Amino acid sequence: MERILFGDNQFFAVNHISDEKSMAQSMKFKEDAAIIKTLDIAREAGVETFMCTTHDRIANICEHIRNNPEKYRDFKIFPCMPYAHKYANAVTELGIAGTLKQYVPGNFFGSLFKGGVAFLSKDYLKIMELLIDAEMKMFKGINTPVIFLQNVITDLLLGLGMTDVLVAYHDYVQKKYNAEAGFITMNLPKLLETLEAAGIKNPIICASINKAGFRMSGGKERYEEILKQNRCRVIAMQVLAGGAVSPKEAIEYVCRLPNIESILFGASSKTNINETVSLIRQFDKEVVPIP
Amino acid sequence: MVRVGIIGIGKMGISHLAILGANPDVKVVGVCDTAKMMLDAIEKYSPFPCYSDYKKMLEEAKPEAVVVSVPTKYHASMVQELLEKGIHVFTEKPFCLSPEQGAPLVELARKKGLVNQVGYHNKFVGTFNEVKKIVDGGYLGEIYHFLGQAYGPVVVKAKGDTWRSNPEEGGGCLMDYASHVIDLINYILSPITAVKASMLKSVFSREVDDAVFALLELQNKVTGVLSVNWSDETFRKMTTSVTISGKKGKIVSDANELKVWFKEGPFPEGYSKGWNVRHVTDLTPEVDYYLRGEEYSAQMDHFIKTVAGKASNTINTFESAWLTDRAISLIKKEQA
Repeated sequence: MERILFGDNQFFAVNHISDEKSMAQSMKFKEDAAIIKTLDIAREAGVETFMCTTHDRIANICEHIRNNPEKYRDFKIFPCMPYAHKYANAVTELGIAGTLKQYVPGNFFGSLFKGGVAFLSKDYLKIMELLIDAEMKMFKGINTPVIFLQNVITDLLLGLGMTDVLVAYHDYVQKKYNAEAGFITMNLPKLLETLEAAGIKNPIICASINKAGFRMSGGKERYEEILKQNRCRVIAMQVLAGGAVSPKEAIEYVCRLPNIESILFGASSKTNINETVSLIRQFDKEVVPIP
Repeated sequence: MVRVGIIGIGKMGISHLAILGANPDVKVVGVCDTAKMMLDAIEKYSPFPCYSDYKKMLEEAKPEAVVVSVPTKYHASMVQELLEKGIHVFTEKPFCLSPEQGAPLVELARKKGLVNQVGYHNKFVGTFNEVKKIVDGGYLGEIYHFLGQAYGPVVVKAKGDTWRSNPEEGGGCLMDYASHVIDLINYILSPITAVKASMLKSVFSREVDDAVFALLELQNKVTGVLSVNWSDETFRKMTTSVTISGKKGKIVSDANELKVWFKEGPFPEGYSKGWNVRHVTDLTPEVDYYLRGEEYSAQMDHFIKTVAGKASNTINTFESAWLTDRAISLIKKEQA
């Protein structure tokens, strides 16, 4: 994985500190061209990996990438699935079974043989595979070396003790897409222990890691201890902790931590993108020998 | 270890179950639902004992506390049965279908000395608690107006038939969505005691309201406006906010960001004249396990701690949720 990954929250009005900013972003990125322009700014700054949720609009971005193979030769996407709000809003409206009916591809009960059989036989892992395939459709022909499970699902399965499902996800992504499985989580220590106990060694884990200790469930100290032990390939996200500390301070903290393979960040403007990238490069040179 | 059972593993129940499952002080002794699809999945992949009949679960698993997350129409009878059996109860919101249904349960829980809590999670959100501190401290001066709002994209097209679309079962924006804002106003300011006017509108739903607008009066005689709409797609997810105007200052706060303007001192510690902005990142106590927001874990931790005798039963009691049910019923009665 590259040292710096570009995220997509800003494109889809995800802002953890301000609903006003969130709406402003939603206006700014109304057109797909605005998203593509921002991705190109990140590429110019040397960031060639886009880590994004499987939002419907990403399909259009993927189309653009496929149509410009020369330009995006080195470009990679790390899909993160599912886009949870789509399902959460549907569950309130349709119930759980109704939502599955709506989103599992084909006619759930019949015409699509695999789906119908999976539902009737309650083969949940098969249903999961169908949902993964549905989410992955838009990335056809694009380099997706790591495929992530969103934190709301990872952490739900973790809390429910459904370790077999986490393992099944891990194995299916490898087998079907020849990609590595990644897990986004707000509970790194607990997830890592669970995955290790299930035989998954050195997993790719993307977690909130920041100087403020924000959303580092289980405690910042435990995170720092685990990082020292080098037991997983870590992507640090929410490094700015929603703006709780200054960008310089925030990035210095993350760059000083050992065994963080990548840093994920998102920004809307050229100034902010370039500032963050150069801060990471600067601190990487100054303070941390990357192992 | 607190022995906990859960009845109902729909959208809220499944999240409560995961939070309970991750809590080292909890032993989940039973999970109950009548929907085979979900229950089978839990039975197959989770370590929890499963039941399709809650009475059987109570008898066999002997939980000391139960989480009730079933459609609202079942709350009253289930909660009553649990209390009569001496079981501590956490129930989802809204508490009951009417204040008449809920009143005897408030009394029963008190008489039995059992822990009682309702799932109004906003009371565990850092920004809203900070708002309450500022209001309680009198820093806004005499409060003369408030505006409570919530918007989100729940029903955005004309279809869908679940219990949430049935008015008899506690469906609709007023009961399901606006109740959060009503409860927050009751908590931060003072309980709603009168409704001057209200409008319940269907936007896409056939049977229930999708939007609620009302003019409210509180016990302390402060008046204000309620504006809630769950058919508003310009919001990515549910966004709840309160605006409170006082003679010495004004607060505008949602779950992420608190903005407060002070005309003059004295100020709360760390605040000064003019605008002040605080973010949830600075106001949120850490939780041991995070799922959808710190508040969901925090409210369940609070319930478990209260059952274990390590916290007192003061937040989101049946009594406070009953005040919210009462306000809902007043809004229904006054609708134009």
